[in-house]
Amino acid sequence: MAHAAIADTDHEQHLHDPQTFITKYIYSQDHKVIAIQYGIVAIGVGLVALVLSGMMRLQLGFPNSFEFIDPNSYYQFITMHGMIMVIYLLTALFLGGFGNYLIPLMIGARDMVFPFLNMLSFWFYFLSVLVLMSSFFVTGGPTGAGWTLYPPATILPGTPGSDMGIILMLVSLTIFIIAFTMGGLNYVTTVLQARARGMTLMRMPLTVWSIFTATILGLLAFPALLVSAIMMMFDKLLGSSFFMPAVVSAGENLAYDGGSPILFQHLFWFFGHPEVYIVALPAFGLVSDVLATHARKSIFGYRTMVWAIIAIGGMSFIVWAHHMYVSGMNPYFGFFFATTTLMIAIPTAIKVYNWVLTLWKGDIHLTVPMLFCIAFIFTFINGGLTGLFLGNVTVDVPLSDTYFVVAHFHMVMGVSPVLVLYASIYHWFPKITGKMYHDGLAKVHFWFTFLGAYAIYFPMHYLGIEGLPRRYFAMGDTDFMSDTAMALNAQITIAALIVGVAQLLFIANVIWSLRYGKKAPSNPWGSTSLEWQTPQTPPAHGNWGDKLPEVHRWAYDYSVPGADEDFVPQTVPEGEEFSEGQAEPARTA
Amino acid sequence: MGFFKDISVKPWQQQGVIDTGRMGPEAIFDSPRVALYFLIMAITTLFLLFGFAYILRMGLSDWRATPEPDLLWFNTLCLVLSSVVLQWTSGAVKDGSRTSVFFGLIVSGSFASIFLLGQWLVWQQLVEQGYYLSSNPANSFFFLITGLHGLHMLGGLVVWSKVVVKMGRGDDVDSLSSSIQLCAVYWHFLLLLWVALFYLLLST
Repeated sequence: MAHAAIADTDHEQHLHDPQTFITKYIYSQDHKVIAIQYGIVAIGVGLVALVLSGMMRLQLGFPNSFEFIDPNSYYQFITMHGMIMVIYLLTALFLGGFGNYLIPLMIGARDMVFPFLNMLSFWFYFLSVLVLMSSFFVTGGPTGAGWTLYPPATILPGTPGSDMGIILMLVSLTIFIIAFTMGGLNYVTTVLQARARGMTLMRMPLTVWSIFTATILGLLAFPALLVSAIMMMFDKLLGSSFFMPAVVSAGENLAYDGGSPILFQHLFWFFGHPEVYIVALPAFGLVSDVLATHARKSIFGYRTMVWAIIAIGGMSFIVWAHHMYVSGMNPYFGFFFATTTLMIAIPTAIKVYNWVLTLWKGDIHLTVPMLFCIAFIFTFINGGLTGLFLGNVTVDVPLSDTYFVVAHFHMVMGVSPVLVLYASIYHWFPKITGKMYHDGLAKVHFWFTFLGAYAIYFPMHYLGIEGLPRRYFAMGDTDFMSDTAMALNAQITIAALIVGVAQLLFIANVIWSLRYGKKAPSNPWGSTSLEWQTPQTPPAHGNWGDKLPEVHRWAYDYSVPGADEDFVPQTVPEGEEFSEGQAEPARTA
Repeated sequence: MGFFKDISVKPWQQQGVIDTGRMGPEAIFDSPRVALYFLIMAITTLFLLFGFAYILRMGLSDWRATPEPDLLWFNTLCLVLSSVVLQWTSGAVKDGSRTSVFFGLIVSGSFASIFLLGQWLVWQQLVEQGYYLSSNPANSFFFLITGLHGLHMLGGLVVWSKVVVKMGRGDDVDSLSSSIQLCAVYWHFLLLLWVALFYLLLST
């Protein structure tokens, strides 16, 4: 039965072989090409969001020095920056990019199980990005309602972009959710159905586990965003009052009556909090694999890592209202959500301890991916600890509207995932492109990014505790703050601009390496997992040549006592001698 | 509890090719079926959240219940018949009688189309009686929920029409049996969903 199934797939794969440039690179059904398409679009749109954040910082650091930034455009920058970064960059790049590239390769499949659906998923995603970007060019510009889109302000005149901008935003989100659902069904089905012989669930690398779990979270959480987007669209276009209370605008009673803005908040955050883990879980998985490889040690506590991923995934659905403490709620609710929020720290802490223990007594190679991973651990602990502060109602209420929160979530779900993205891009760059990146340039990029991120966000904690309000275009009467504190704002802006420009080093490195980079060996880091054992680098269409791989061991056989090499690939049978020379040229130091 | 057993093995202890478990190449389900179950999970969540929103919004003071036209009962009957016939059809696939399968497909698809048409007529009736979408949140929810359910039915009919076209083209019944069975699963799901939604609408 199993072999018949595999033979069938093989047959089908040949039918799908790409023939022309168009079918190979544009309308491709190959998961690797789709992954790269996702990656390029996500990074492109992420750069737009980066520029937007730079503009916000210009206004905050040097108020009223720039004529092109008025209060309206400032709020538009905030909104678009947040939405793009969270959804169109992080979600798309982790799941659409890394999910697509790594799942079939890591589990030993030839492709996703539904290649056509996969292609459709990318094109829907691309369309959603185009719709979102088009809102920059319509009358009134993009919406400026904040990325949370809270009604009633979001769709009322006076909020920038309340005509076309908000409609385009909601349409774009709807298209994105359709794209995600098509991709997501593919990822979970592929993980469950298309694994190579011998690849049991517990032999899967943690990357696959985490992307699998994050995808299920997405399939359960994105419907909540869809519900809120559809209902808000009804309120805006058809005059219903789901979320809209009675409103007096410019002295006139609007037709809305009786709706509940709090209802929107519940729906939005029922999506919004799992979304944090849709981004964080893949980051956890990727960092575990990169860390184990470059520390030449098996991941510490593999089983608890898997269990923690599942536990975090489950718990992420019962903490959402901690985003709403200041909206007002029954104190018992507050108590419940504070308790669940603090409890989620337990599996998260298990993961952090396991990463640190993986490093302990490891043969640590300070390669660029490893540097980014270690930076991630620092940053994530930092952001996680401030999360414990904010999880408590009594601490959150005074801090909620200050820069402390900006610092917290940028540390924990901005900088941390981005550091993992860089670690992963540098780590898999040789496999994806067949070229080595420029090591020196990458190290410069790392130090600018890591130290720069701290220069930006560390002082924000302090500003927040001092009481500096977030979301404000101009600080106005902030006499209660010391001058030195206010001077920090200018320093943060300068740091932010430097970090922003430093990201060009990364782009330059990619372009330079594609042209002039050294040819990459097939397994430069001495990795055990399947994607490094492909017959070609980069892997050809169908990934595995004539024969699918067979899996004989788990993904973390590093520094096994008695083995000739400090790693044993998953494909090496029990008791068989493995030395690197037989398989591929020596890896780089 | 197979899953918990699966995730409690110590993978570093055992080497060699071992059985991948119930899932994987030896799986009892084919891939489209697994994907369909996950899709059903996502759609269930979607409507569950609409349900919660409905109940929450109902508690506010301006709620005036929408009347449920009798036609809805007729529509429900059509949906039940459609589901029953499709179930019968997916059974007929095994006997291999081409005509009865084709007949079953057409009949169940027709009932589903009548259901959709009926829902459209219900909308017309409500609008004629002055129950506009924007005049009350109960009306808004009625149009929203029935409309979205209809859209999902429409999606099912798209897949159904692909199967019908393939049959008309002369494709083998066996090669379509999986698609027909999955259509039946989806149909039953939409029926259950409709019954739940209808109950929600009736009970208010």
